Amino acid sequence: MRVGAENSSPFVAACAALERDVARGPAWLTPVRNAAMARFMERGLPTVLDEDWRYTNLAPLARTAFRRAEADTNDVAPAQLAPFLLEEAAAVLVFVNGRYAPRLSRRTPTPGVQVASLATLLRETPDVLEPQLARHADHHAQALVALNTALFADGAYVAIAPQSVIMQPIHLLYVKQPGAKPAASHPRSLVVAGAHSQATIVESYVGLGTGVSLTNAVTEIVADESAVVDHYKVQRELETAYHLGTLQIHQQRATQVASHCLSFGGALVRHDIRTVLAGQGGDCTLNGLFNVHADQHVDNALRVEHAAPHCNSREFFRGILDGRGRGAFTGRIVVRPAAQRTDAKQTNMNLLLSDEAQIDTKPQLEILANDVKCTHGATIGQLDADALFYLQTRGIAAPAARSLLTYAFAAESLAQIKIESLRRQLHAVLVARLPGGDAFRELA
Amino acid sequence: MLEIRNLHVSVEGHEILKGIDLTVRAGEVHSIMGPNGSGKSTLAQVLAGRDTYEVTAGEIRYDGQDLLGLAPEERACAGLFLAFQYPVEIPGVSTSYFLKSALNAQRKHRGQPEVDALEFLTLVKDKLKLLDMDERLLNRALNEGFSGGEKKRNETLQMAVLEPRLAILDETDSGLDIDALKIVAEGVNRLRSPERAIVVVTHYQRLLNYIVPDYVHVLVDGRIVRSGDRRLALELEEKGYGWLAPEAEPATVTG
Repeated sequence: MRVGAENSSPFVAACAALERDVARGPAWLTPVRNAAMARFMERGLPTVLDEDWRYTNLAPLARTAFRRAEADTNDVAPAQLAPFLLEEAAAVLVFVNGRYAPRLSRRTPTPGVQVASLATLLRETPDVLEPQLARHADHHAQALVALNTALFADGAYVAIAPQSVIMQPIHLLYVKQPGAKPAASHPRSLVVAGAHSQATIVESYVGLGTGVSLTNAVTEIVADESAVVDHYKVQRELETAYHLGTLQIHQQRATQVASHCLSFGGALVRHDIRTVLAGQGGDCTLNGLFNVHADQHVDNALRVEHAAPHCNSREFFRGILDGRGRGAFTGRIVVRPAAQRTDAKQTNMNLLLSDEAQIDTKPQLEILANDVKCTHGATIGQLDADALFYLQTRGIAAPAARSLLTYAFAAESLAQIKIESLRRQLHAVLVARLPGGDAFRELA
Repeated sequence: MLEIRNLHVSVEGHEILKGIDLTVRAGEVHSIMGPNGSGKSTLAQVLAGRDTYEVTAGEIRYDGQDLLGLAPEERACAGLFLAFQYPVEIPGVSTSYFLKSALNAQRKHRGQPEVDALEFLTLVKDKLKLLDMDERLLNRALNEGFSGGEKKRNETLQMAVLEPRLAILDETDSGLDIDALKIVAEGVNRLRSPERAIVVVTHYQRLLNYIVPDYVHVLVDGRIVRSGDRRLALELEEKGYGWLAPEAEPATVTG
């Protein structure tokens, strides 16, 4: 349980100040925001005493007063964004420190797609948001969702009309440029995929300049009957950044959703990835790759809820930990009594490249139906000695062989990325980060 | 080229090789035969530099230098090649990238210019054709999902590309049907030359119909109990290994 003193922490006090700046929005949203803020004030930031937060200590965050960033959208030049843009994208919405930047965005009208800034919609046509916004992510149970719900100033709305098939990705680019004082933003994204529609969404979180920042992002993805959604979350913020992100997916009947979480930046990163398979025959794939070095910390907390029969879920997360890097993986699979014929599979593989790196991995199965197939497996290890020897016997020196095997471990995850420019970008990020990775530059 | 003197090798305190003496000169093909667990594969792995085996006595000289003092990659660069009994699967690394890296690492070590992607492709395609292998294999992850036969052919392909001076084939015939066996053997025979030597480690004499050895050695319980020419292999085929068993304790470790 929380003690009252926590509410007066610099972090919480600064949040209360931020709340005063945020437009409350339409009548239906105001009570939701108020309830969310009240809930957050009641609970405060999660601590390691919360079972779900055992491996990630937010104490350094609690001591910091994050304010609104000083920099605004005019402080970012288009050229600074070039390394992050995807040439295939049908549209890109750019947000700087949580605020929509029309000047940096590109919204070519595409039939069947609506892409807009949430702040604009909340001002102009808020009613389109009412059925879905803040209806899926749980601000009662999750303190950080509560905080985002209370404080989000802007974000993205993406709606795919029923039957529409959008081949090119829609890119949401959240840019952080912190400045001298610790700066926070709470971006919100809502993706609604209509029945029988198909789309690809990329959320990128990137950092420019220097300084300490906090991103507390919440994304809701709602997939209506038979929708197919490919989603990518790319986390490449500064290594001084705190990133707390919640992805809440809601899947109706016969939907196929694949979400890839690729995490490289940040001092302390937490990804809460949750999906509810609410209709029969749904299919959910959650892929992930993270790489930490120095003192970085990444925590992936997944929760897949099978609430309907005949659904499949696949989780496949890989971690590469170097330096004093720390990682955590928690994979919770909940199978409701109605969810017969569930097929759930979870794999978490981790590679430790240094003696000081550390990973905690934990499956949590909660199975309330009797006709289900649930498997899970986790590995924590060094490079395979047989593979290393095999490469050496062909003339590849030990350090190069180690790099090659490390690269290969990550490459298997990158190979799942269907957007070529994104795959190339992340390949480059990876070769720049892995020891000896430079040798694989040509292998994009 | 290769001189093994009184080689004793242990793993976890258990002695597997109990004093091996063997001399292989350039131009020769030697076959090492023996029952399961006799130490054949251990010998092959020790020659390639596997560090899980402990050499407790003896020495190995390769071209006059101390082979045991060299790292596995240094041995490879000096022209030693081991075709694995169980080639390792490495997902995420394409066969072509792996082979090009290996070739260039060896060329670099010898002061030769590295081959570029195009030169490599030309070279490897020729070899693929000779081994009757599908070009698409190059883009597949190294040995991943390969059948037993494909793995063995891939070992032969690597040998053909790297052109070692001393090739050690560890049970290369296992898992091959007769057609594949002939193709692999042909690939090996193509390497035969007065400058090169080949050591064929095998349980059965079958492969030796196609790769005809100059010398045959029988390894039983960590010792070479008999050496001869290829007629010895034929004799083994007929009589099995039982008649050669020494009085020493039975071998318990699989080689």
